[in-house]
Amino acid sequence: MSALEVRTYGPAEAKPRVGFFTDTSLCIGCKACEVACKEWNRVPESPQGFTGNSYDNSIDLGANRWRHVAFVEQRKELGADGVAANGLVEAASIEALVSETGLQTYQDGDGLRWLMASDVCKHCTHAACLEVCPTGALFRTEFDTVVVQQDICNGCGYCIPACPFGVLDQREGDGRAWKCTLCYDRLKDDKEPACAQACPTDSIQFGELDELRARADRRLEQLADAGLEGAQLYLADGSDGIGGAGAFFLLLDDPEVYGLPPDPVDTTRDLGESWAAVGVAAAGLAAALVGSVLFGRRR
Amino acid sequence: MSAARSSNGHAQLGSFPAAVEREPPRAPRSYHGQPVIKEPIWHPEIPWYFFTGGLGGASAGLAWLAELRGNDVLARRAWIGAFVGTNVSPILLINDLGRPLRFLYMLRMFKVTSPMSVGSWVLVTSGGAASAAALDALLPPVPRRWRTLLRLAAVPARPTAAMAGLPLATYTGALIAQTAVPVWHEARRELPALFAAGAAASAGAFATALTPVADAAPARRLALMGSMAELALVALMEHRLDELAEPYHQETAAAYAQLARGLTVAGSLLLASRAARSRPAAIVGGALVLAGAVCERWSVFKAGFQSARDPKYTVGPQRRRIDGGLTRGASRRVVAAAARAAGRARSA
Repeated sequence: MSALEVRTYGPAEAKPRVGFFTDTSLCIGCKACEVACKEWNRVPESPQGFTGNSYDNSIDLGANRWRHVAFVEQRKELGADGVAANGLVEAASIEALVSETGLQTYQDGDGLRWLMASDVCKHCTHAACLEVCPTGALFRTEFDTVVVQQDICNGCGYCIPACPFGVLDQREGDGRAWKCTLCYDRLKDDKEPACAQACPTDSIQFGELDELRARADRRLEQLADAGLEGAQLYLADGSDGIGGAGAFFLLLDDPEVYGLPPDPVDTTRDLGESWAAVGVAAAGLAAALVGSVLFGRRR
Repeated sequence: MSAARSSNGHAQLGSFPAAVEREPPRAPRSYHGQPVIKEPIWHPEIPWYFFTGGLGGASAGLAWLAELRGNDVLARRAWIGAFVGTNVSPILLINDLGRPLRFLYMLRMFKVTSPMSVGSWVLVTSGGAASAAALDALLPPVPRRWRTLLRLAAVPARPTAAMAGLPLATYTGALIAQTAVPVWHEARRELPALFAAGAAASAGAFATALTPVADAAPARRLALMGSMAELALVALMEHRLDELAEPYHQETAAAYAQLARGLTVAGSLLLASRAARSRPAAIVGGALVLAGAVCERWSVFKAGFQSARDPKYTVGPQRRRIDGGLTRGASRRVVAAAARAAGRARSA
């Protein structure tokens, strides 16, 4: 069984695993995904004010933000990540790079690099939120996505610190935990999720995971060949700490620059250690009780 | 660091590949300094529950064993601790839910992967058993049918309460350890033991304060043993956490940690020196140790929030794991075609 395979459903019910490939090199930061998600899923408004963090005023994923576009401004010379510092060379390379790869993240002239990335729930293969959920509100669908059943969630809040990506949060005034459903309702009607449909540059690509991964591999090679050494596929295969994700990314810098953990793990893999520690502690407590009551003076 | 400057600060002519200058280890990078993971949303009910659950769980064991040893004076006081602890606990927990009316959904399933699910069942078992045992021990033996039924129910309830009390006092350590919060998850081997020690100290201190000194010797021993273990385990946990333990030395968590240490040391000194002769000393000493145990839970609770809030605690250890070759991380890169060809040419 490959790590990306999840066997919750039998062959009769299971659908091919679907997900998102978010190619951040194509993102123009328009936030259409954030808006489309809110409209389709009727996610309440989340006014945040002005952050001063580039064009990001929605801050992070949460109960009322299931897509979030990150903006990073870097002053970074272009071409093989730092080789060509000369402005003219740079401008020429930008044109070449844009025509060659469709890269959207450089602006002409001043060596300023924009990194924009639309973040979303990763729909992990090994999902910590689902494992710790005491009510079974969080479940795995026939598409191998991870969804909160809102009629079951009792707002215990365990999934919120359990998620290694900080995706889930509690909705104020509602009390329950909310996150991206990968448009479960639309999937059941054979429609792509709202964010992917709204994305004007195909930075967000929806499809069957196997196909998306093959596409991502080709894209990574193309960008590497064009000299983007920082380009990396994030969560694209099953060898990471969450067994691979249903939503994976092509990033142009390290994950933490986008607010993503570089080595996320599903803490359930350490469950045995935790329960063993409980066993040892309980035995120790029993020994202390027996020792203090049954030995020494009776009164 | 600008690529146009070498590491010794001299301006370079032109620009050369960064390979010649090895950058010193940097502070972990982040997205505008924002947290990677979410802080828990749990309210003050939760650290209080860590305390009441520990008190109730360990008190049930103390009560049952004291009963077996024939010390009914102590046993009755300890059953009070078990009753109060295990009955206040569910009230606190239900109150903390985002949807309190759905508290029964906690018993929809039993999930070993969710310490909260396991804990819910433990609390139900322990609360039911401890309540029956405590009521039987405390209520007068009137000739009524319900009283006879209670007496019969208490026979299996007493050992059940004592046994279920052990996981009740310790599973909360696993509960917070099974999160992405670094200061909790990386302390998964110590937290249950720390909570067990706090539970022993609480149950011992509670019974010491309530019991006449002549009958309280086992409770005093338990309180002292628990207090010593609590102090030692905090030190061990911080040592093992290494730099991840920083939150315990900052802000609110540090204040509670210091308070906990002070109260526990003062309380146990008083218990050890005077509580065998003086009831007031037993009451004050017991109260100090109880307050110390409360503060210790609050310190752990607050440290989790502080640890989750700062991305360096999340990113730093993960990046070091990758740089140290312990894991490959979640990213995969490829070498450009030109470099691949050059590599082939060199090896040929």
